[in-house]
Amino acid sequence: MRHLLGIAELERSDIERIMQRAEGFAEVGRRDIKKVPTLRGRTILNLFYESSTRTSSSFELAAKRLSADVVSVKAAGSSVDKGESLKDTITTLSGYGPEAIVIRSPHAGAAALVARWSDAAVVNAGDGKHEHPSQALLDVYTLLRRLGSLEGKRIWIVGDVLHSRVARSDLIAFRLMGAEVTVCGPPTLIPRGIDAALGCSVSHDIAGIVEADVVYALRLQRERMHESFVPSLREYAMRFQIDGRRLGPRQLLMHAGPVNRGVELAPDVIDGPNSLITEQVESGLVVRMAILYELLAGGRPRPESAGVGDSGKLPYPTPIKEPA
Amino acid sequence: MRGEAFPASGSRPVSSLEWRRAGEPGGELVLRRASVLDPRSGLDGVYDVVVRDREVAALADPGSAEPVDGELIEAEGKCVFPAFFDPHVHLRTPGDEHEEEIETGTRAAAAGGYCGVLAMANTNPPVDSAADVLALRERAGREASVPVGFLATLTRGMRGEELTEMAELRDAGAIAFSDDGLPVDNARVMRRALQYQHLVGAQLALHEEDHDLSRPAGSHEPHLGGVMHEGVVSTMLGLAGIPSVAESTMIARDVALAAYEDARIHVQHLSARESVDCVGAGKEAGVRISCEVTPHHLTLTDEAVRSLDARFKMNPPLRSEDDRQALVEALRSGVIDCIATDHAPQSVDEKEVPYEEAAMGVTGLETAFCALYTDLVLPGILDLGVVVDRMSAGAVPFDLELPSLAPGSEASLVLFDPKAEWEAGADGWESRSANSCFAGRTLRGRVLMTVVAGRVAYRQRSFAMGVAG
Repeated sequence: MRHLLGIAELERSDIERIMQRAEGFAEVGRRDIKKVPTLRGRTILNLFYESSTRTSSSFELAAKRLSADVVSVKAAGSSVDKGESLKDTITTLSGYGPEAIVIRSPHAGAAALVARWSDAAVVNAGDGKHEHPSQALLDVYTLLRRLGSLEGKRIWIVGDVLHSRVARSDLIAFRLMGAEVTVCGPPTLIPRGIDAALGCSVSHDIAGIVEADVVYALRLQRERMHESFVPSLREYAMRFQIDGRRLGPRQLLMHAGPVNRGVELAPDVIDGPNSLITEQVESGLVVRMAILYELLAGGRPRPESAGVGDSGKLPYPTPIKEPA
Repeated sequence: MRGEAFPASGSRPVSSLEWRRAGEPGGELVLRRASVLDPRSGLDGVYDVVVRDREVAALADPGSAEPVDGELIEAEGKCVFPAFFDPHVHLRTPGDEHEEEIETGTRAAAAGGYCGVLAMANTNPPVDSAADVLALRERAGREASVPVGFLATLTRGMRGEELTEMAELRDAGAIAFSDDGLPVDNARVMRRALQYQHLVGAQLALHEEDHDLSRPAGSHEPHLGGVMHEGVVSTMLGLAGIPSVAESTMIARDVALAAYEDARIHVQHLSARESVDCVGAGKEAGVRISCEVTPHHLTLTDEAVRSLDARFKMNPPLRSEDDRQALVEALRSGVIDCIATDHAPQSVDEKEVPYEEAAMGVTGLETAFCALYTDLVLPGILDLGVVVDRMSAGAVPFDLELPSLAPGSEASLVLFDPKAEWEAGADGWESRSANSCFAGRTLRGRVLMTVVAGRVAYRQRSFAMGVAG
C-alpha cells in the first residue's frame, strides 16, 4: 500500500493485514515501555484543516509510539489562515522531507490531491463528507475483537448518513468484511440511491434495529434543522434516538464521537454495557500505528526495526531497550 | 456606433458582428476536390469550392477550378462545412483577462472552426450599461479574430431585482440579454422581462437553475451549494448534489411564463432528461422556445467526476448516462436546436484545488466539433450532417443568418481533416486557459482552416498550404 486514501480502494486482504498488525501493536501497548523504534528518524506531518480531537491526537500518539518525528499543523493560526492554498502549503511543508502526511480537510479529494503533489505516503484522516478510512479500520478492528468475524453480521448505521464520511467508509469496510449493512434515518438524511451505490438496505423505521447485531449511531449536527433536514431535534430524537428501550441486551453500540448526548444517543446507552465507544478510541491508537507501519515499513522493513520477520510471520516490532 | 447596430427586425449576417476583419482577401481561394457537406442547402458531394469577394463564388466540378491570383488548396479527402456558430461563450472581459480576453477567446473560436460567437455578460463587473456594450464592441473591432456579439445582463448587476435598460442596451448593440451564470430567481422579474421583450425585441437567454434546490444548505449559503449531479456518484463521494429537477422545474416555470406573455426564450445548456421533456412539451404546445446543449454534456457523464478532477466541474453538472442519451436523442430529433460550448475559461489557481473549492466551468471552443465527431459521429450514434447542422444552428435564435455554402452565400466555412488524430492540448491552446475536460484525449479529425466572410481567420499550424502558381 502506497497511500491510505479511502476504503473504496482497499481489498479485504489489505484490511486483514492491517488488523493483524494492529493486534501486534496492542500487545506492545500492554508492555511497560510502549514505544518501538520502527519509524525512528522518519518524519510524519499531521495537517488538520478541521477541528479534531480523537483523530489528530491518536495519529500523533501513534507516530510517537513508533518513534517518528511528528510535526502537527492546525489550520487555525497557520498560514492557511492567511489564504495560502493547499498546494502551496504542501509544497512548503514538503521541504522538511516528510515520509508521511496525514491530512484532514473539509473537502472531498483533498488527500488524493496531496498524494499527487507530494512524494510522501498520504493518509486520509477525513476528506469532506467523502471518506474517513482510519475510522472505518478502527471500527472493524473493534468489532473483530468482540465478534471474531463480521461474516453474516447485521449492522445498522443510524442517523445523518448524508453528511457522514464515517458512514460511507464504514459501510464499504463492513461489507468488504462480510457484514450486511442497513442505513436508517429520516429520508432527508439518506443520500439518494445509496442502496444501489454502496450495496446496503435502507430503512426509515428504527423499529427494525431489533434484527441488528451492531448499531452504529451517527452524530446529528445541531444546525441541520435550520436547513430543513429535520423539523426539530426533539422530533428526531423521538423517532431515531438509540436508547435503552430500543437497544437490546445483546446488541453492540458504536459511535465515532463526539456524541450529541440526548440527540442521537440517550445517556443510558452511551455508558451502558453494550457500548463500544471507549474501545473504539483505544482501537484508534493501535490501528493508526498499524496504518503508519503499513505505509512506511510494511513490505520494506528497515534494519533498525529490530525483530522484523522471519518466514511467514508478521513482522512485529519489539520495544526499545531501556538504556543501560 | 450607436443606433446603427440593429435593423428593426429580421436577421443579419454573422459577419456584421464586431471583428478585426484581418487578412484582406487577396484574391481567390480554391479548395479543390473537397467533400462539401451543407445539409441545409442540400449539398453533399465533391466540388472545387471557389471563394471570391467574400462569397462562395462557385461550386465547380472537381479538378476544374484554377485560382486567379489566389491560393489553391488540394482538399481531396478533406471536408468543407459551413463554419460553426457558438451562441454561448465567456470571454472574461472585462475583469478576468488573466483567464481570457477577446483576442485569445476569438482565436480559440477560429481554431475550433467558428465564424462567430456570442459573449456572455457575467463579467466583472457585469455588462449592464450601454457604455459597457459600446466599449466591448469597439475593442472587438480591434482584437477579435472572428465576429463577436455581446449580450447584456437581464437585471442590473445580475442581482435579479431590476431590469437593465434593455431598450438603450439594444440600441447600443447588445445582441440579446442574459444573466447567465445565475438564474432569474424571482418569477415576477422574469415575467416583466418577458413583457418588456415586446418593446425590445431581442432574445432572452436563460440559465435555468432553482437555487433552493441546487443549494442544499439554502440560498443564503451559496458556498455550500451543490457541486455535481445528484446521483449515485455524488452519494459515493459525499458531495452535495445538484438534482436534475433544479433545472427542469425552472424551465417549466419560464416556459409557462413565456407562453402566457407570448414571449420567446432561449434555454441555455440543457443537461437533464427532465429538461428535454419540459422543452419538448413547450415546443409541442407552440411556445416560442429554443435551447442548446454543450459537447461535454453530450459526451461525458458524472462518472468522470469519480476522479474528483476539477476539470470535470461545471454548472450545470455532467449528469447520468440516461440524461446524456436523452440529450443526444433530443439533438437528433430537433427538440434541442443547437450546440453551444459554454466555453468558460478558468485559471489554474481556480482548478488546482480540491474539487469542492474549484471554480465551475470548462473551455470548449477548440475541441467542440472534434469531440462530437470522435464520440458521436464515428461510432455511428449521430449523422455527420446532423452535427454539422447543429454546430451553427445557434445563430437562428439570435436573429443571425445561418452560414451556408450555397453559391452566392457569404463564404464562412471550415476545412476539416476527418482522418487526422491529435492529442487535445498537447500543443497548447489558443485560449488563455487550459481547463478543458478533453485535455489529454486523442481526438479524431481536426480543423485545418477557418474562413470567415472570405477571410482566412485560422490555419492549423502543421497544415501545409499549397499556393497556386
